Amino acid sequence: MTVSIVGCGMTDVGEHWSRGIGELAEEAGRLALEDAGLAQVEALYIGNAYGATFNQQTQLGPLIAHQLGLGGIEAYTCEAGDASGGVALRSGWLAVAAGAVRSALVLGVEKSTDTVGPARATARAVSLDADYETVNGATMTAMAGLLMRRYMHENQVELHQFEGFSVNAHRNGARNSLAMYRNQLRAGAFAKAPMLAEPVSLFDSAPDADGAAAVVLVAEDMASDLVPRPITVCGSAVATACLTLQERREPLRLDAVQASAALALAQAGLEMDDIDVFELHDAYTILTTLALEAMGLSEAGAGWRWAAEGGARIARDGDKPISTFGGLKSRGNPSGATGLYQAVEASLQLRGEAGENQVLGAKHAITQSVGGLGATVATHVLSASGD
Amino acid sequence: MTRTQESPSASLDMAERGADRVYGTLYSYTTVQEPPVGFVGQAPYQLALVGLDDGRLVTAQLTDVDGEIAMGERVEMVTRKLTTDGERGMIVYGYKFRPLIK
Repeated sequence: MTVSIVGCGMTDVGEHWSRGIGELAEEAGRLALEDAGLAQVEALYIGNAYGATFNQQTQLGPLIAHQLGLGGIEAYTCEAGDASGGVALRSGWLAVAAGAVRSALVLGVEKSTDTVGPARATARAVSLDADYETVNGATMTAMAGLLMRRYMHENQVELHQFEGFSVNAHRNGARNSLAMYRNQLRAGAFAKAPMLAEPVSLFDSAPDADGAAAVVLVAEDMASDLVPRPITVCGSAVATACLTLQERREPLRLDAVQASAALALAQAGLEMDDIDVFELHDAYTILTTLALEAMGLSEAGAGWRWAAEGGARIARDGDKPISTFGGLKSRGNPSGATGLYQAVEASLQLRGEAGENQVLGAKHAITQSVGGLGATVATHVLSASGD
Repeated sequence: MTRTQESPSASLDMAERGADRVYGTLYSYTTVQEPPVGFVGQAPYQLALVGLDDGRLVTAQLTDVDGEIAMGERVEMVTRKLTTDGERGMIVYGYKFRPLIK
């Protein structure tokens, strides 16, 4: 059964101190259902990474289903660190594709910012390896720093050469009214930014944020009766790599990115050259760099070249537009919700409803949601209908 | 190989028994400016991936660093306090790496 996206909704991304996790989810879920013209779905799949540690809250299934007035439907959380949203979309896709349900709401939500300082670093570090990484004081940002320094060392790349990834994200985010940080990044500022875990700086790392985003999935034969422009989910794949960096054969190679992207494209019957829009997991510029290499868009060691000239080649009007609504870096990183923000943003692109962020003539998009430093990777291929 | 066979615990056990010293080189390193709970008093501290001489990589803090460090620098494993667990103050020991004395 082919699966279509018929509804999209998202909240603004930022610090939502006055709203609970259920209220954020309710807003995104209601917007997506209204967009689809549906009052009820058969199942609810939730992407959430750190409810247990940020919010002391699990069982988001019943909490959010009730908040949305969906009665006693099947509803539960899918967790894979920052890839939680991507794996939730995969779960929804599986359920509809298998014919187990005819319609599903897939909703990502994260409320990060009530937890601050060392408590937040600890809360996020649960997606690393407890026995071999966090026991030694490792954080997600520190592990990204280790990866980035090694990459720079092996390939003789300097810090300022990654700048274009962040400049591009902020250039796009500045036009997204829902983005967390809508400032442009001044040329030359990147390499001078305060260090979080050298060489990863404040202008390299995506900000923790609160937000919720949702899509409505239905079986394709229902879709055209509901909306004029359903989006087809024509590729869906999840792959995993060693949770620790230390146990990977080649830490600078993101095998799960390679595997999930290849599977999703093969399923869609498309080549990488057919893809018009890329929503990648740009939590750190090194992850974007390594993802571009793992997907075959660069030779190993050359992915950073996409950042050249202020990211001109990855801009909305470039060869391979990336982070078209600002990505995690500028739109913000509400961890378990990012995979659904990507799905909504890609759907808007394919509908031609991306406004100031529109990539002209976009027919096919890839969304990629990454947990940890490439341990879980969910890749989806979305296509405009009738193509 | 299974995780147990590949894990650095065998090397750690050797170090703890004093049977042999464990050496390696710096594969990568960083400085943690935003520490998690239990590591606040130590911050900023250096975290590294060390390539052990037997070929395995291990994640660990650097200690006893006096001055600059560099990629490829030789280091040795030592037993150190990692953190203090909770308010009762149970001390958690583990391995860290220090530069070889030149």
